[in-house]
Amino acid sequence: MKPSPWFTALIAGALAAALTFLTLPIVAIFVDTGPGRLLSSLSDPVAVDALRLSLETTLLATTIIVVVGTPAAYLLATRSFPGQSVVVTLVELPLVLPPAVAGIGLLAALGPHGIVGGVVADAGVRLVLQTAGVVVALTFVAAPFYLRQAQAAFAAVDRSSLEASRTLGAGEARTVWRVAIPAARGGLAAGLALAWGRALGEFGATLMFAGSLRGVTQTVPLAIYDRFATDFPAALALSAVLVALSAALLLSVKFVGGMPRASR
Amino acid sequence: MLRAELSLSRNGFDLDLEVAVEPGACLALAGPSGCGKTTTLRAVAGLVAPQRGRVACGDRLWLDTARGINVSPERRGCGYVFQDYALFGHQRAWQNVAYGLRHLPRRERRHRALELLERFGLADRAEARPSALSGGERQRVALARALAPRPAALLLDEPLSALDARSCAEATRVLAEILADARVPTIFVTHDFQEAALFGDKVAVLAAGRMVQRGPAEELAASPASAFVADFSGAVVLIGTARPDPGAGAVVQLEGGGRVVSTARATGRVAASVFPWEISLEPPDAPPLGSIRNHIPGTVRSITRFGGRVRVGLDACQPLTAEITEGALRELGLRRGTRVIASWKAAATRLSAL
Repeated sequence: MKPSPWFTALIAGALAAALTFLTLPIVAIFVDTGPGRLLSSLSDPVAVDALRLSLETTLLATTIIVVVGTPAAYLLATRSFPGQSVVVTLVELPLVLPPAVAGIGLLAALGPHGIVGGVVADAGVRLVLQTAGVVVALTFVAAPFYLRQAQAAFAAVDRSSLEASRTLGAGEARTVWRVAIPAARGGLAAGLALAWGRALGEFGATLMFAGSLRGVTQTVPLAIYDRFATDFPAALALSAVLVALSAALLLSVKFVGGMPRASR
Repeated sequence: MLRAELSLSRNGFDLDLEVAVEPGACLALAGPSGCGKTTTLRAVAGLVAPQRGRVACGDRLWLDTARGINVSPERRGCGYVFQDYALFGHQRAWQNVAYGLRHLPRRERRHRALELLERFGLADRAEARPSALSGGERQRVALARALAPRPAALLLDEPLSALDARSCAEATRVLAEILADARVPTIFVTHDFQEAALFGDKVAVLAAGRMVQRGPAEELAASPASAFVADFSGAVVLIGTARPDPGAGAVVQLEGGGRVVSTARATGRVAASVFPWEISLEPPDAPPLGSIRNHIPGTVRSITRFGGRVRVGLDACQPLTAEITEGALRELGLRRGTRVIASWKAAATRLSAL
C-alpha cells in the first residue's frame, strides 16, 4: 500500500512541531550560556555546594528506592492477593500529586507537628531543614516512577524461566537474584533512570519540606530559583550544568541496563 | 520408582489420577490440550500443590498432604524440560547448563557443562546465547540443563512441539538416544499418539483429568478401552450397535446405514475402530475379494499427501479416512467426488463398548 503524501506531510509536520517545541528551551540554555560561563559557574562555591548536595541526595534517594522498591515491585508483579489493585493505585498516587501538595503532605506526616512527627523526633531523626529531609522528599516523589517500571518489567519476565530456576535447585530469593532481575534489567534500568531524573529535578516538595539552605538543603533546582531573580546568567549556567548532568546520568544508566550481563 | 497420586481441582477443572514409573522407564502421558497432562507434571515437580495427594521418588517423600509434607521444587531434584524450554536469555548456553550445578566448585561447573554440551553435539555452541540458537539446539540445551544436576526424575513437557517439522525429525532421534541412556524415571507429556508410542514404554491416555487407559502403545492401539482412545490413537471410529455373529465375533449395524464385521466380540452400542492404513479403496464395480468382509461405499471428499503416503477422506455412512500409496491413488484415478468402496478385514476391526 502506498502511503498518502498528504497524510505523511501531516504527521511529519506534527513531529517537527513537537520536536522544535520540546528541544528549543534546552538549546536556548546552551546557546545563551557558552562554555566560558559554564566553567566559571562551576567555580562558584554556591553552585558547587548545590551540585554536591544534589548528587549526594539523589544518589541516596535512588539507592533507597531500588533497595526497597525492587522486592516490593517483584511482589506486586508475581503474586496476586486481595486488594492488589488498590495497593498498586496507592503506590502510584504520588505520580499525580502536585509537588506543593507532596511537600505539605510530608510536613503533615513527618514534620514536628505531623501525625508521626513525634515518633520521628523521638528516634532522634530531624528532617525539616535538614539534608535528610531532602532525601525523604526526593524518595517520596521519585519512588513511584521506579515502582511502576519495575513492576511492569517483572511482570514481563517469562514465568517458566522462574520455575525452571526452582527445579534446578535455586530457592525463591536466588531465583529473583539470578533470573528475574537479570531478565528484567532493561526495565529496571529505565525505571531507575526515570526516578533519578525526577529526583534531580525535584523542586516543590523539597522547598516546602526541607527548605532552601545553602549547603544543607539547597539542591541545584533550588539554587537556580534562588539566583533567577538576581543573577539570570548564573541561573542559566547552572541550568546548563543540570541538563548536562541529567542527560549524562540517564544515558549511562540506560547504557548499563541495555548491556548483556557480563559472564562470570 | 516415581509414584504420584494426585487430586486437584482448580477453576472448575478436576484432576484425579495415579501414575507410577520405574527407574529407566518412560511413561508417556498423552491426551488432548487441557486434559491435565502439564498440571500432572507440575504437581510432580512441586510447581503446583494438589489439594490431596502423595508423591514419592525412590525412598524420598516429596508430597503427602495427609501428613502436611510438601517439599519445595528446589529440594526435589526433578529435571524439568519446559514446553518453550524456558532457557535463561541473559546467560550463555554453558551457563544455562551450569545453573543447577551449585554443589560443585566453580571450575568444575563449567567443565561438567561443557562435557554435557559436547555429548549433546553442542560443543561449538557453548558460548552462544539462547537467542542465537536454533529450535533444536535450544531443546538440547534445555535437556542438558535438566540432566546436569543428575535429577531423581526427568519430566518433559511436549519437548518436540516447539520445533518445525525438519528439526523435529533430528531432535526426535537425539531425544530417543538421550532417554534410552537416562537411568531415572521419566514422564513425557505429549498430545501426539505417535510421539507417545515412540518414547513411552507405556502410554497413559488422559481425558478431562482422568486416566482412560494405560499400557504399551501397541496394546492401546489394538484394543482401545474407549472410542476416545481409538480416535486418539489415529484410528477411524465408527459408531453402531453390535450383535454376536454366528461365524464368531460380532456384526455392527452402523448409525447412518451399513454394517461392519469384526472378529472381536461385543454386544450393544460400540465404537468400531480401524486404522486408516488397514483400509484399501476399490472401484465400485470391482469383484469382492474373498477374505475381506467389510465393504463400505463412499465418495472422495479430500486427498492429502504426506511423506509418500496419501490420506483419502471419504463421505460414507460415517466419515472415513483411508491411507493409501501414491501408486494406488494414480491407479484408481481418484479425485474429489469419485465413488469408491472402502474395504478392510474383520480382524482389523476393533470394538470398544460405549
